[in-house]
Amino acid sequence: MKIYPLGDAAAVVELGAEISEAVHRKVKALSMRLEAQPIPGMIEYVPAFTTVTVFYDPYRVLKEMGAQLSETGISKGVSPYRKVYNILEQMATDIGDEAESTVRVIEIPVCYGEEFGPDLEFVANHNGLTPEEVIRIHSSAEYLVYMVGFAPGFPYLGGMPEAIAAPRRPSPRLAIPAGSVGIAGKQTGVYPIETPGGWQIIGRTPIALFVPDSNPPTILASGDRICFRPISRQEYMERKEGNR
Amino acid sequence: MGIKVLRAGLQTTVQDLGRYGFQQHGVIVSGAMDTFALRMANLLVGNDEGEAALEITLMGPRLEFEQDALIAICGADLSAKIDGVPARQWCPVYIKKGSILSFGGCVFGCRAYLAVAGGFAVKEVLNSRSTYLRAEIGGYFGRALQEGDELTIGLPAEWSGRKIQKLAEQDAGMSPLGWGISVDVFPNYDTNPMIRVVRGAQFNCFEQESRDEFLSSPFKVLPQSDRMGYRLKGPKLELSEPLEMISEAVASGTVQVPPEGQPIVLLADRQTAGGYPKIAQIISVDLPVIAQTKPGESLRFQIVSLEEAEALYVAREMQIEQVRRAIALRYQ
Repeated sequence: MKIYPLGDAAAVVELGAEISEAVHRKVKALSMRLEAQPIPGMIEYVPAFTTVTVFYDPYRVLKEMGAQLSETGISKGVSPYRKVYNILEQMATDIGDEAESTVRVIEIPVCYGEEFGPDLEFVANHNGLTPEEVIRIHSSAEYLVYMVGFAPGFPYLGGMPEAIAAPRRPSPRLAIPAGSVGIAGKQTGVYPIETPGGWQIIGRTPIALFVPDSNPPTILASGDRICFRPISRQEYMERKEGNR
Repeated sequence: MGIKVLRAGLQTTVQDLGRYGFQQHGVIVSGAMDTFALRMANLLVGNDEGEAALEITLMGPRLEFEQDALIAICGADLSAKIDGVPARQWCPVYIKKGSILSFGGCVFGCRAYLAVAGGFAVKEVLNSRSTYLRAEIGGYFGRALQEGDELTIGLPAEWSGRKIQKLAEQDAGMSPLGWGISVDVFPNYDTNPMIRVVRGAQFNCFEQESRDEFLSSPFKVLPQSDRMGYRLKGPKLELSEPLEMISEAVASGTVQVPPEGQPIVLLADRQTAGGYPKIAQIISVDLPVIAQTKPGESLRFQIVSLEEAEALYVAREMQIEQVRRAIALRYQ
């Protein structure tokens, strides 16, 4: 484990050197501890593949920990980062696998191909498969949400079979519709809002991954497991209608 | 009743101090680029420092006040005028119903903040009124202001409300209240400023020559710089050896270097995670300074220790507390 500053108002706890489920479990365990017991002056924490970053207000850290302040500022030798470091070090030393018990499995319905998945054909040809085989492979794996980022509710997923890996498009599309399911390299993901992007788009889900009026505002969270279920065009339309 | 937008300006958005607590869901922080100016503008009109205000970029809007109001404009000097008369900045100004607030040429800076006593009554989304343009949420219907928009003003604090009423009874015209923020507490605002940084996590992974050049050469702010980040042009910054980076959280002021070797400073509308090497991190008290630089200007970076950055942070906050107390006395 390593802890280092991200400027004067954030600290990063690094819990491993490579992307793996074991490191992810530590990330999740530390996140759960921070959720249950926020450190003094903490604003928020952000879990990633191998790290948890804690954003804090240095002034509040000192005030909430009762540190001595002179009339114009910090007393010599007092550092908010040091205080945060000490707490985080203690919190992160004895984390285990406590996260395992709370795994959620979320099913994402996807209408593959045609206008919803203009690149399904490309992914199939690239791997010497039929589009039906790509759909079967993509929808029979279980994926782990390592982290959420890039866009609100966008899951970085692990677990895609390499048999359907495909390179990014040579030039990104200017607008990929919300709900699009794509493949880039060995990764798959779902676009929660319309954004530009270079992923190969193989289908679209009718469910909204980003719901700004609710809390939490996203369907998926770091640590969730998801699977994709193929649906017909008709079911897509019905589900989409039901969202309105 | 409220404020009518006669002309929108280049990019005028509703912002507060940001949408915190949802980065783990991929929701960006947003908020004012120059948080110091926004906080001061709010305090001056008797608001909570984090109330929603307008962030006005380079070319300002033309606004008609449909009610008497107390306003404050802080940050960039964009030649604000009330009914054609130059309006004082960094101080509360009474503005009469029917007056028109307009902006002219940019004298200094890039972003001005307009606060009104009572704030702007827009819907809070995920605990913030900041505009998140890409997701089309927050602020004024999730977008920048347009001609014809009508902004509603909230209920002023008791003290500023009394002040407005008194001036209205006296049938006063536009009147600055005669006190304001002293330049002594300003951030180091400057054209072509020096920006202080602490070392980034990958600082030592850069070639010695690149590290030296980062701290000695000017970097030009490129035209494609915006609220998401500033793209800089200067000497090419190179890693000593290729680095396998894994995406992780980034912060406002993170200076990251993509493979082409030109740094990008991440700012208010940054994505929540990034995977480029971080050469440096701008210290918090200098974020308002970079927020006021505009494309075409040059920046230089100066390294300070984390302890210095922390001391400056705490000193700034204590100064702001003093300002808050002094303003409360003024309104008594």
